[in-house]
Amino acid sequence: MNLSKSWTIAQKDFSIFRRKRSIVYSLLAFPMGIALGLSAVLWLVVHRGDATYAQLGPLMDAFAFFFTISTTTISTSLAAYSIVGEKAEKSLEPLLATPTTDGEILLGKVIAAFLPTIVSTLMGAVVFMIIVDALSRPDLGYFFYPNWTVAVFLLVAAPLACLFSVELNVLVSSRVTDVRTAQQFGGLIVLPFAGLYVAGELQIIILDSTTLLKISAILLLADAVLFFLSRATFQREAILTQWR
Amino acid sequence: MGRPVRRTAPNTAAAFAARRGLEGRLIEAENLTRKFGDLTAVDDLSFRVNDGEIFGLLGPNGAGKTTVVRMLACLISKSSGSARIGGLEVGRPADAMGIRKSIGLVPDNVGLYEDLSAYRNLDFFGKLYECPPAARAAAIERFLRMLGVWEKRDLLVGTFSKGMKQKIAIARALIHDPSVLFLDEPTANLDPEASKTVRDFILELKKEGKTIFLNTHNLDEAQRICDRIGILNTRLLAVGSPTELEEAVGGRKVVVQLEEVTDHILAALKEGPARPVVREGNRLIFDVVDPERENPAIVEALVRAGGRVQFVSRLSPTLEEVYLRHVRRLP
Repeated sequence: MNLSKSWTIAQKDFSIFRRKRSIVYSLLAFPMGIALGLSAVLWLVVHRGDATYAQLGPLMDAFAFFFTISTTTISTSLAAYSIVGEKAEKSLEPLLATPTTDGEILLGKVIAAFLPTIVSTLMGAVVFMIIVDALSRPDLGYFFYPNWTVAVFLLVAAPLACLFSVELNVLVSSRVTDVRTAQQFGGLIVLPFAGLYVAGELQIIILDSTTLLKISAILLLADAVLFFLSRATFQREAILTQWR
Repeated sequence: MGRPVRRTAPNTAAAFAARRGLEGRLIEAENLTRKFGDLTAVDDLSFRVNDGEIFGLLGPNGAGKTTVVRMLACLISKSSGSARIGGLEVGRPADAMGIRKSIGLVPDNVGLYEDLSAYRNLDFFGKLYECPPAARAAAIERFLRMLGVWEKRDLLVGTFSKGMKQKIAIARALIHDPSVLFLDEPTANLDPEASKTVRDFILELKKEGKTIFLNTHNLDEAQRICDRIGILNTRLLAVGSPTELEEAVGGRKVVVQLEEVTDHILAALKEGPARPVVREGNRLIFDVVDPERENPAIVEALVRAGGRVQFVSRLSPTLEEVYLRHVRRLP
């Protein structure tokens, strides 16, 4: 596999994403919305005297999981565009005519959706941590963030969840014929992650760094399986002859 | 003028064929067939394309032209039969990359990235074809200048007219200096001026030694620029040069225009080397086998009979008539 070709495809997609306002807005708005919204919730709870920042520690850790969910949501719109968007613009045929393998194309599409998602999510997370640290430090006497749990959330679980979402969306988008359908199917990926968060809040599972690492190991395995699955099921011929 | 592209190893069709020892045959298809379920899109197609020639595949919509190009470009598989490009076997996975590197494809939909500039579009494909940066930049400049769009290289393709997009698509297919260029309806929906630019460019490419496989349903275009034409309607109905196709259907006829056709002339011709098959006013139409030998004899016989010859011209069915006879299976 020629990685430079995958990177070339990803760079081309980055350039196109920059021109599409809906994609730029979704990349910026969602993580920033989470950062500002969750910070506001914490401030409101403390401001009303319902709890102190010290009491909210577990919740503040759990809130970081929203950024993991964020990666699955944002990447859906990018990844759904990846194959179906090319087909919609009729640009897939010349791309498939180049001496580029299925694996190189798919990897390029995965990188194109993965990197912007992770960068924007980490930017939102940093904003969130700075705001919460600024609010909570007078009460706590130390900076709550970063800590190990959040580090595992953001640097291990979030990228793997993002990769899982991207690969699933690329797989879906190579099997359906329009962007909207791809996004609808791909959007379902958020459900298991939302379920994990709810299970954590209901204390069915404890979302500590150990649990997160176990979940991450499963995601890593799933990512590898999905990549080979998407490569095995990527059928140039069906894409060219059956899509309308 | 653009800087010339430096080529250390010319990748002309002839060089490609010579490397493969193909004796001039760059594309060969034998009994090539493609079925989609119960539908046979291409049936038992056999033909060859010589290096450096423009081969036109002429047929109505749905005749299977695009399917043929897609099979040859290794985009879709064949159901049966075989095909080779430059000695590489179409349909053999080990040869697919080699074929893709040696061909350029302009599909019926230009398929450019509308949110990228013309230059960026070409640069992207140049990278995928592994063109070195300097050669890539030189090739982009050369083709954009040749096609008259160099000044607009930094504009988004989405702002271009259809004709300009088609030019960029052709430049994209040439960026890696392929041996064979597949053009699927390259002038469809273009205005006459843009069509002429594209046709002239195709002829320039032929001069450079490129082999061109042209899908078209434009009879005039096929007649003007193709060395040989195949008439396709799921099956290959006929193949040959435009002249050969015309003669195969209509035979060779010569029209002689006289000042006046008299009974004396007609009577004299009965004794002469050729008899007119049709008289249309003062025009006499003769069937000939070897016009260069027979025409002077006909004219001499007419003059001897007192006829005053005004014009002698060849009468052939047009390519349109040939095409319609084949496609509609007219007698």
